[in-house]
Amino acid sequence: MLRGLRLSQPFLQRSSVPVNSFNRLRVVNHVKSGISHRCKSTEKVLAYPGEKSVFDDKLEFHSTKEILPTYRIMNEDGIIINSEEDPKLDRDTVVKMYRHMVSLNAMDNVLYDVQRQGRISFYMTNYGEEATHLGSAAALKPEDTIFAQYREAGVFLWRGFSLDDFMNQCQSNSLDYGKGRQMPVHYGSRRLNIQTISSPLATQIPQATGSAYAQKMTKSGNCTVCYFGEGAASEGDFHAAINFAATLETPSIFFCRNNRWAISTPSTEQYRGDGIAGRGVSYGLKTIRVDGNDIFAVYNATKAARKIAVEDNQPVMIEAMTYRVSHHSTSDDSTRYRTLSEIEQWKIKHDPVKRLYNYLLSKGWWSEEMETTSRTEARKEVLSALKRAEAQKKPSPDECFNDVYDELTPQLIQQRQEMREHVKKYPQNYPIDQHLV
Amino acid sequence: MPSVIIDNIEAVPGLIQRLYTISERHLLDGILSSIDNSVMRTKRQLITIYKLVALISENLLCRQTVKRPPIKIQGQRRAFSITSPLNQELRPPTEKDEELSVDALGRPTKKTNLYTAINQAMDIALATDPKALLFGEDVAFGGVFRCSTGLREKHGADRVFNTPLCEQGIAGFAIGVAAQGHTAIAEIQFADYIFPAFDQIVNEAAKYRYRSGNQFDVGGLTFRAPYGAVGHGGLYHSQSPEAYFCHTPGLKVVVPRSPVQAKGLLLASIRDPNPVIFLEPKWLYRSSIEEVPIEDYEIPLGEAEVIRNGEHVTIVGWGAQLLVLEQAIQMAEEKLGITCELIDMKTLLPLDIDTVVKSVKKTGKLLISHEAPKTGGLAGEIACAVQERAFLHLEAPIKRVTGYDTPFPLVFERFYFPDALKNYEAIKELIEY
Repeated sequence: MLRGLRLSQPFLQRSSVPVNSFNRLRVVNHVKSGISHRCKSTEKVLAYPGEKSVFDDKLEFHSTKEILPTYRIMNEDGIIINSEEDPKLDRDTVVKMYRHMVSLNAMDNVLYDVQRQGRISFYMTNYGEEATHLGSAAALKPEDTIFAQYREAGVFLWRGFSLDDFMNQCQSNSLDYGKGRQMPVHYGSRRLNIQTISSPLATQIPQATGSAYAQKMTKSGNCTVCYFGEGAASEGDFHAAINFAATLETPSIFFCRNNRWAISTPSTEQYRGDGIAGRGVSYGLKTIRVDGNDIFAVYNATKAARKIAVEDNQPVMIEAMTYRVSHHSTSDDSTRYRTLSEIEQWKIKHDPVKRLYNYLLSKGWWSEEMETTSRTEARKEVLSALKRAEAQKKPSPDECFNDVYDELTPQLIQQRQEMREHVKKYPQNYPIDQHLV
Repeated sequence: MPSVIIDNIEAVPGLIQRLYTISERHLLDGILSSIDNSVMRTKRQLITIYKLVALISENLLCRQTVKRPPIKIQGQRRAFSITSPLNQELRPPTEKDEELSVDALGRPTKKTNLYTAINQAMDIALATDPKALLFGEDVAFGGVFRCSTGLREKHGADRVFNTPLCEQGIAGFAIGVAAQGHTAIAEIQFADYIFPAFDQIVNEAAKYRYRSGNQFDVGGLTFRAPYGAVGHGGLYHSQSPEAYFCHTPGLKVVVPRSPVQAKGLLLASIRDPNPVIFLEPKWLYRSSIEEVPIEDYEIPLGEAEVIRNGEHVTIVGWGAQLLVLEQAIQMAEEKLGITCELIDMKTLLPLDIDTVVKSVKKTGKLLISHEAPKTGGLAGEIACAVQERAFLHLEAPIKRVTGYDTPFPLVFERFYFPDALKNYEAIKELIEY
């Protein structure tokens, strides 16, 4: 039954079955068995964990028969297509979501250019995926633990990671919580309950399962949310993680940002079958696919997932269909492997920021004037935070040796001493002026 | 209980070997029982039998004493003890072992084998730390080496549990548990199977504290894995992968040599605020028995121990290899009239080089021995660290007796293995240099 709006073209490549939008929130926990019930006389079933399988005398190989629908409640024009599903968030909340989107865009604009000027070593922008960040983050409790990948700056913003925090990290200065040890965008905050990001892909997913198990043990009433891309979902760690979550029944939300591109590899070369959501179902997780550019659909799905995770101690999979408008990183030029028109189509037609903007306009909660002012102000705030961060010195070179262990080992003490003496001997060869003593 | 009478000590090795070959395990049982609590004639005979018994008793899993007609061996009857100079006994447990004793510190002790010592350490860890969890493949029923026997029943199915069969999953899960402030005791069934978890251990666990600027850590994490030769393990049940992990800042790597050490070092590892790789010598799980304190105690990490004093050569090893080195030292002392200083490194990362350097300054000669392959092995690191600090004290090139640079081969194990004789030869060369 085709109803409502279609999710855009690229996702159709996976299958000849049209992916229709769906206007009722539905969490799927099993696919219809393709097995016909022919053994009427005996009706014996083969009982394994999960589904019961009926004996069948028909030789048939099965494949995905039903592509999971994509939950959507707001169209490209920012119009709620099913008022029953409208989360009816208050003005302050929606404006806050939107303001964070504006800040995120401003930060991405500035830091991308700053990297191009050589003032930071690396950066990754978040364009096109803003709704997946803010829609999900807003549906969580601050006590829920987050394990992120690297393109979830909006989640950090929502939790309260300040522009100064971002700039300090990207500048590797002495105020960076990570003490300048990691490349830019590897944020983390104990205060905000977001584990520090690491570069290896998908490693955070089984960790999130372990974290959720610990939460279950302490009956904390919280869950762990794990973000990752559809490319990372090809790693073994992904499969390990969701299988562990299913068998150990952890309060986990696995949030896949399917942005269609893993650096230059399109999702068409990343997997077969019914995407990441299909895997969620097959591993025995309650699963939903959502329009990742519909902030309210993402919000509703995450909120419902949280309820299942926390109340039933069950893991949930969310596959948010979105698009990486950004280049992969500042080290990447994506026009070498994808067409400008493809990017433009997503940028113009499916922009999640524009969609929320239209919603705000229709509600009378925003105006063109506010838009101009807020964008100008956001840029100004980012620039002043950047200036402050650039004025800070880098951490003391001694920090090179701290935190490897809880205490310095004899070897580290000796090596630190060797470094100090060497640098003292050749001060002109090392950037000591840039660092704290 | 003994059901075999041994009249001629010289005949014992041959008999054991023959029975082993024809799998007459019940007869072996009898021989092992008769060996108990007797006095042996010479040290050489002890050495010969020592390793054979270790090999065989490893195979006598879940043995039951069966009454059999005694085997009469022709010749003069000799009885002997097989208590090791490390105070370990290599034999199966007997009823007498149930008796309590007291150690030098006045602590009540009980004869305990190595896997039981591990079991006790985990039992104590679970009892004293409500946030401690124990998990891995087949852990729930007691583990394939029986280390977690009874712990699920005692501490609950949600604290002692099976995971799916996936080492990278176990490692990642354990890191998440520890990142949430809990204590994770994760079992990898064999050290040979730890490599799917390598990324999680090396890139994640080891760097967790550092990369977050000490905001987060996984100090509550301990990976346990049985390592090393077992007589019949071949390529994938025999490896000693310590060097891979010793090349990883942020980890601690610990290897115990005996039941007393295993219990104290494991408790210290579990409670250490850093992730620890704890490698258990599987050869000794059943065969090594010691008077182990019943109480909760820790043996500090990062400290090597001189377990035998000597003047002429310093010999360094860890884990099960120390028993081999003991045999080599006995041979050398007997034949060459020298004394050797034997050091158990215990913690391989960070290394306690001070203890080794101090000894080398006294003896002038150093031998390092491990089962793992030579190239890139830890012996190279120790040798280099020692020459940096004791170059002028060295009177001979530092010797390494290790596994060869091949995979661990099943049928060639006797040839591959850095056994007592190879170590004896190396000691001899050092003395004659």
